[in-house]
Amino acid sequence: MTKVTMTVNGKAVSGDVEGRTLLSSFLREDQGLTGTHVGCDTSQCGACVVHVDGAAVKACTMLAAEADGANVDTIEGQSNADGSLNVIQQAFQDHHGLQCGFCTPGMVMSAAALLKDNPKPSETEVREYLEGNICRCTGYHNIVKAIMAASGQDVTAIAAE
Amino acid sequence: MPKDTGIGASPVRREDVRFLTGTGEYTDDIVLAKQTYAVFARSTVAHGTIKSIDTSAAEGMPGVLAVFTGEDFVEVGGNPAGWLINSRNGEPMKEPKRPVLAHGKVRHVGDAYAAVIAETIEQARDAVEAIEADIDELPAVVDMNDALSGSNFVHDEIETNQCFDWGWIEDNRDATDNAIKNAHHVTTLELVNNRLVPNAMEPRASIGSYKASTGEYTLHTTSQNPHLTRLLISAFVLGIPENMLTVIAPDVGGGFGSKIYHYGEEALVLAAAKKLGRPVKWTADRTESFLTDAHGRDHVTKIELALDKEGNFLAFRTDTKANVGAYLSNFSTATPTFLHGTLMAGNYTVPLVYVNVKAVFTNTAPVDAYRGAGRPEATYSLERVIDKAARELRMDPIELRRKNFIKPDQYPYASAAGLEYDAGNYDALMDKMEEVADVAGFEARRKQSEANGLMRGFGVNAYIEACGIAPSNLVGVLGSRVGLYDAATVRVNATGNLSVMVGAHSHGQGHETAFPQVVAEMLGIDPAVIDIVHGDTSKIPFGMGTYGSRSLAVCGSAVVRATEKIINKAKKIAGHMLEASDQDITLENGVFSVAGTDKSVTFGEVALKAYIPHEYPLEDIEPGLEETAFYDPANFTYPSGAYACEVEVDPETGKVRVDRMCAVDDFGNVINPMIVTGQVHGGLAQGIGQALVENTSYDENGQLLSASYMDYTMPRADDMPMFHVDHSQGTPCTHNPLGVKGCGEAGAIGSPPTVVNAVIDALQSGGTNVTHIDMPVTPARVWDAMQNAKSEEA
Repeated sequence: MTKVTMTVNGKAVSGDVEGRTLLSSFLREDQGLTGTHVGCDTSQCGACVVHVDGAAVKACTMLAAEADGANVDTIEGQSNADGSLNVIQQAFQDHHGLQCGFCTPGMVMSAAALLKDNPKPSETEVREYLEGNICRCTGYHNIVKAIMAASGQDVTAIAAE
Repeated sequence: MPKDTGIGASPVRREDVRFLTGTGEYTDDIVLAKQTYAVFARSTVAHGTIKSIDTSAAEGMPGVLAVFTGEDFVEVGGNPAGWLINSRNGEPMKEPKRPVLAHGKVRHVGDAYAAVIAETIEQARDAVEAIEADIDELPAVVDMNDALSGSNFVHDEIETNQCFDWGWIEDNRDATDNAIKNAHHVTTLELVNNRLVPNAMEPRASIGSYKASTGEYTLHTTSQNPHLTRLLISAFVLGIPENMLTVIAPDVGGGFGSKIYHYGEEALVLAAAKKLGRPVKWTADRTESFLTDAHGRDHVTKIELALDKEGNFLAFRTDTKANVGAYLSNFSTATPTFLHGTLMAGNYTVPLVYVNVKAVFTNTAPVDAYRGAGRPEATYSLERVIDKAARELRMDPIELRRKNFIKPDQYPYASAAGLEYDAGNYDALMDKMEEVADVAGFEARRKQSEANGLMRGFGVNAYIEACGIAPSNLVGVLGSRVGLYDAATVRVNATGNLSVMVGAHSHGQGHETAFPQVVAEMLGIDPAVIDIVHGDTSKIPFGMGTYGSRSLAVCGSAVVRATEKIINKAKKIAGHMLEASDQDITLENGVFSVAGTDKSVTFGEVALKAYIPHEYPLEDIEPGLEETAFYDPANFTYPSGAYACEVEVDPETGKVRVDRMCAVDDFGNVINPMIVTGQVHGGLAQGIGQALVENTSYDENGQLLSASYMDYTMPRADDMPMFHVDHSQGTPCTHNPLGVKGCGEAGAIGSPPTVVNAVIDALQSGGTNVTHIDMPVTPARVWDAMQNAKSEEA
């Protein structure tokens, strides 16, 4: 077992992990942060996206030991300080950008990373960026719309309903 | 002016907040005290005889608490088929036992033959590797034609791989044959409805627990219908009395059909929990999901359409082989028959329909209902052959459909495939589609595509489906072994807030938002005081769950009936409080008034009186304000639609891009337009996925080649266009109180033929005489078809 220490959502945490323990398992099992979901085993679905030192990372692809000393942000830390939904979360709710909710944490974390790098993405840029996030419920229409709305763009012209 | 509350409004979903903040609770998120972990040993061969399984090494591994094999379950029952189909000769279908763990033989890759329970999941995984299974590999039965002609049987005891040979409508068989023999024109098409994996993003998971002091079992599981799961486990598999088993489906991360069924893992964790006296948890990884979730579709069909010289449809004749996989999943026998054959008249006044379906066992994963379940297969066959006929007869595909549509004044309409359609207006849908899809602008867009070196095609489709899957009397006659009503309890609490317990169970459909809209509208109160309780058999009345686009049409109707009972009783209480007859009490905006007077009491005051019945006519009215209703509808509901698609095909690569997708649906009345639109979006994406990218591929040895997201193409955001969705042309359902029909599957039913029709149109207009390409219409298939057409011309 290896001892790892990291900052998760602004809080210092530590734990003993096996060499094979994934960051996703550490967050879910050791830290009880079950908002990071595991939807596949091959780094394809993106339900487990978190931010490690500010970069979007699939937490099922990274060993917990690799995140030793890092700053990790998960979906549980995304709300505003007063507990209200942040701009991206609110846009997902306003535009019905989620249904079953399972892919949603990864979608929100990916969207945050996209908008940090590209504050006003085009529809094509949003769609290309989401290559690594699979949603089976929404057909992506309202996810794309929500992310563009969260970036402050007018989405009223996007195909009716 | 859109409403902001009640029926017809689109409030934001209340369940979203927990999902957006990572505080939803899915089965795998639950941690029970002293929880242990199950991992399954699964067959790596598609077909084999189990000679021996040596678990001794595994039992000695660190942390291992127990190892189970098929031997441990020979005394218990099997997982049954929910629908009995009789063959044309009257014989009942072949129904081999589906055990909790494979015993004697393994029958598909992924078939579980043992399970390890350990303190940690890693220990359980390690121990599974130490199980010594001596399995003699047998030749695999994969192709359906081979399965039907050979003597290599998936289930030796039934001595055939044919589950049934079903005819519908058998009395029309000869007349249909004659109509086709004598017709002016017959269009024939052979096609494959490709096998799909549902791929809910949340993998299946189950936690079994057992309380020795009371003998009570609890199963937390990823289910669309917890009561059905409880019934199957209790009555058929483990024999646990129903009142000793609670099934809880917490938040469910998508299902699309795959979480309707009871699976062996659920029984295993319950049995193991009892043996160990500790909770046992199992969570599928994605490859296990691919190997063991019930797959969808997998039909091979020949369809013929007979027409007279004016283009009137005379008969449809269909010959289908339906793969049911290695075992009968719970609704696998209903899907290719009564959910498929009964829809084979489509939206049309065709007088004759005959459907033959042979269901075939193979050494592949079980196949069952997947979003649309039988109706996508019916629609695809019909709408592809109609499109081909239009081309052969040089008729406009829209006009050919319109010519044969059932007209609005013909309802109720007895279809040639045995259903009675209650309402619809297919011409109105087609009119609206032509407007929304801007059909008039197509030629200009085609010229633009041509200027860019691309071939543009336009495809159209009209569909009808049967949903609100119910009427018990009807489905009983057709072979269903369960009733298909639903139930709701409306509990008004003393302080005026409400708990509404429903048998439906949301796995993404927004029930927690939509059902309160109905109750709030009826009572004239704020929906915020209404809470939906679902998914827990210890809290809700016996309901049949969510599938077949039934939640609102069936369970929503039960909610209406229970709320009506609440209103009736509340009026009696109000009448007493106001010293008036309950006949004179009116309810408006949450206030009970005596008609023609200024005397009134609020809904909250009545609720309080019901629970603090001082000065209360106990001889006439019981205290409390809680009512339950079971609703069993008179008929299916019949959503319909007109879809349009425009694709661009790159002649250099064969790559197809969907440029425009338009869905105009008749869902009857709509409770929450935002949610309905979202449901259509998701269906469209799954349908476009089936048409263009998704395929489940087994090799000749029964190895699943597409068992991960590296190999099975899931539609991504950049495969999809923005969608044009309209549901303004609703004709209300005539037999349920809300006039609703169901919207969950429409997109996946209507879109595949629309996309393929558009691709064929693009190739034809580009000068290539391609008449059909099987789904998924991949670049390789398009390119091949183009080259073959060219070489045939040359």
